[in-house]
Amino acid sequence: MTSPHNATTRSLVAENVTLGYDGRTIVENLSLDVPAGKITVLVGPNACGKSTLLKGYSRLLAPTSGAVLLDGADINSLPSTQVARQLGLLPQTPIAPDSITVSDLVSRGRYPHQSWLRRSTAQDDQIVDDSLAAAGVLALAGRRVDELSGGQRQRVWIAMALAQQTDVLLLDEPTTYLDIAYQLEVLDLLMDLNRTRGTTIVMVLHELSLACRYADHLVAMHAGRIVAAGTPSDVVTADLVREVFGVEALVVPDAIAGTPSVVPFSRHHRPVAGQ
Amino acid sequence: MTPRPNSTPEPVGASDPTPPISNECIPEPTLDVESGLRNTLDDKGSRVAHPNSASTTHTLRNRLRLRTVAVCTVFFVLLAALFTVTLLLGEAGLTAREVFEAFTGQAAPVVQFVVLELRLPRAAAAALVGVCLGVAGAVFQSVLRNPLASPDIIGVTSGAAAAGIVGVLIFRLSGLSLMAVVVLGGILAAAVVGLLAWRHGMQGFRLVLIGIGVAAVCTAITSYMMTKVELRDATVAYTWLTGSLASVQVGAVTVAAIGAAACLALLALSTRKLRALELGDDTATGLGFHVEQDRVIVLALAVVLTALAVGVAGPISFVALMAPHIARRLVGGTSLSLAASAAVGGALVSGADLLAQYAIPGQAFPVGVVTGALGAPYLAWLLSRSSSSRPGGNA
Amino acid sequence: MALLIAVALVCAVAASLAIGAAQIPLRTVWEALTSYDATNPEHIAVVEKRIPRTVVGVVVGAALGLAGTVAQGVTRNPLADLGILGINQGAALGVVSGIILVGATAPAQYMWFGVVGAGAATILVWFLASRGREGATPVKLALAGAAIAASFSSVVSGILISDDQALDSMRFWQVGSLAGRGYDVLFPALPLFVVGGVLALAVGRSLNLLALGDDTAHGLGLNTGRARVLSGVVIAVLGGAATAVAGPIAFLGLVVPHAVRAFAGPDYRWILAFSAPVAAVVILVSDVLARVVARPGELQVGIVLAVIGAPVFIAIIRRGKAATL
Repeated sequence: MTSPHNATTRSLVAENVTLGYDGRTIVENLSLDVPAGKITVLVGPNACGKSTLLKGYSRLLAPTSGAVLLDGADINSLPSTQVARQLGLLPQTPIAPDSITVSDLVSRGRYPHQSWLRRSTAQDDQIVDDSLAAAGVLALAGRRVDELSGGQRQRVWIAMALAQQTDVLLLDEPTTYLDIAYQLEVLDLLMDLNRTRGTTIVMVLHELSLACRYADHLVAMHAGRIVAAGTPSDVVTADLVREVFGVEALVVPDAIAGTPSVVPFSRHHRPVAGQ
Repeated sequence: MTPRPNSTPEPVGASDPTPPISNECIPEPTLDVESGLRNTLDDKGSRVAHPNSASTTHTLRNRLRLRTVAVCTVFFVLLAALFTVTLLLGEAGLTAREVFEAFTGQAAPVVQFVVLELRLPRAAAAALVGVCLGVAGAVFQSVLRNPLASPDIIGVTSGAAAAGIVGVLIFRLSGLSLMAVVVLGGILAAAVVGLLAWRHGMQGFRLVLIGIGVAAVCTAITSYMMTKVELRDATVAYTWLTGSLASVQVGAVTVAAIGAAACLALLALSTRKLRALELGDDTATGLGFHVEQDRVIVLALAVVLTALAVGVAGPISFVALMAPHIARRLVGGTSLSLAASAAVGGALVSGADLLAQYAIPGQAFPVGVVTGALGAPYLAWLLSRSSSSRPGGNA
Repeated sequence: MALLIAVALVCAVAASLAIGAAQIPLRTVWEALTSYDATNPEHIAVVEKRIPRTVVGVVVGAALGLAGTVAQGVTRNPLADLGILGINQGAALGVVSGIILVGATAPAQYMWFGVVGAGAATILVWFLASRGREGATPVKLALAGAAIAASFSSVVSGILISDDQALDSMRFWQVGSLAGRGYDVLFPALPLFVVGGVLALAVGRSLNLLALGDDTAHGLGLNTGRARVLSGVVIAVLGGAATAVAGPIAFLGLVVPHAVRAFAGPDYRWILAFSAPVAAVVILVSDVLARVVARPGELQVGIVLAVIGAPVFIAIIRRGKAATL
């Protein structure tokens, strides 16, 4: 139904990057290839450096050493607009200006494709419409963003990222503050995007079992290092959960998806002896 | 798992050991995902014609544009009307015909003088100052993401005022040289604030708070100067400090207008930057903007606009705060409209100056008293809106 | 620590009595206090001028220290200050309208206008800054305060511009000064200072609970609404009275609680107890400086405090992180 797409050939590589804030190093000398055309999910405990790494990939944070390479070129030395046409970003807490409408906000996703000489065209507007439709928020186009529910708002932000039409999309905890129904909706939408358009997706997720369901490639981090990377079924084991999160857990196949599902022990809840 | 760009969107991977449990269990959300994604995809490659060509976004954009144009038209017409009234009214009691003749050069010299040297500069200055402050305020509110932010906050006004007072009272400056000192003082104060606020980039909150600190020092200098001079000088200085259009001069207005035109043109070209900055640093960076650099550029332009306005008329309070806010409310549905803010600002100052001159017969106030007095009900109105504050209000 | 502050206060008082346009030896100061000689000009200067000025300094300083601490506590905001919040300007507007519009002449009369003005500004700023999602953040409080101050001072200007005489006296008052302030101004305000001071010490416990957040404070049994109103009353009464006496003095209420917090810890009861004497020391030392630096003339203490206080304020902001502000 669609022609083969060059999106899958984009490569995004971190090479020996060291990242940190105010002289405090969070991630040191880390290298990671993001597989093109796949969904990569970063998991790990709080403060393990997964969000920092994502900030490095999205050039919100310049590495103090090493480099992030997009198709072989350092993203911090490429022209910013050129990167923005290939690399989209949804921050953890995006800010919507007061009283902005949905369509106005999503239209701004077209900025990397415009300049002050070339403003919005009919084609831009059509792309915005299609992005709104794809995220299921076309009916809300005239509404104000600050009137929407959390789930609707998150889909609007994803629509903006879609309108940017990048081959790579980076998302920092796109499901935070959403209830389970909205979480599934957002993740399904991202999976649609990956499967139909071949967009490379890199995201940070907290919920391990959901991460296993949606990830083609799972990267587990601990204390600024990568502990394991690979398909969820290869990576997620009881040993890994213990090493990364310090929690004993049973790893069983997800009854629906067949991917690993993590069932943690707690002090009051342990498996019955002999089971 | 291999990429499957041609598969239908099902939440289950192909290599999974268990068979997919499909749409009976997990109802497909009623989204237009398929066609939407396909359409955007087509747009990337060879574009196919869309059957319904008038897109929702296009319609909404046009509606917004129409409303913006309407608001701007109304306020620019109002501004023109107020401008005319300013030319017509006055103690000399000229007829409309005489005023008209002054422009064509047929009137008596004294009429020429009154109209062209007294009333015209004043009317032009009111419009100019209002436009400058309206636009500068819009930029500040947008970049600092707060409806209470105004250029006064980062010390432009108080720096300009301190420089002006020192210029007037110690160096006896007037006219263009005074204006130059005032404008430079304002820009200098803002630059000091900017430098002090800079630490791994310029964050809005630091800018605001350090601006307040620097403004306090400038205000202390001003107050001190006020205690050191004769009462007569103090009265003059006090009138200027309140913001007054009573003694504007042709030269000053002309120079300020040229500077302001340049700044306004540059800001008009930077609208995209402003709209991107509004989305927060992370998103704006993601869209390919150089956040720190762009922010410094637009704020600097707004600072120069403010300094020019203060140079012409002294610090006129609240216009930079009110004009953009009124404009935004009237246009609706967008976060920023520089043109509408300019129109509203111009009309606001022109109207306030007329009120200041003629509202109380026999007692002319500086225009700043009127705008300041308007500020109180404006703040009360902001308050009344807060009772219905929604989540996701101003940050 | 308490001893150290007491010593500092005694030294500051001594300096305030001894240093001025004319240096008066401490011995002479002592003699003026113990065996007053009405023919000795130095004795007269001490008793008629410097003692009242020093007493006013101590009272105003203590009041501003307490008001600033309460303001910081109730807003959970380390940058709250009467000047920044526009409360000084509220008091100024009150005093000016009292004098000019109503014809109040005696301090005992316009004092109340100052308190009402300060109260109005307090309420306005609080509600204005609480709009929106995150409540009254430091930046929003500062912006609201600046807006209120701008509006109020325009109205003050409007009133003053039409009245030369009022402008003449107001321009000296508006700087914030202890010079020429005597018992005639202080005594009518004394009941306000006493009531405000007692209330301030009483709200310490409430401020400790409010520091944990409204919900937690409520859960621990605090009537947060009442605590907030009471704190507002303290700020209005102390701030209004102090401003009516000495004029608007900024930054004292900001800097002092910060310094005190550094050694007294986070307990507001202790911060309040220490803030009053420390603020008195700071204002007396600033006043002495004001008398010395511009000889033979004199600066106003409000200017000295702005010039000292603003850099401290800026340093606090530069050191702070977005998260803690």
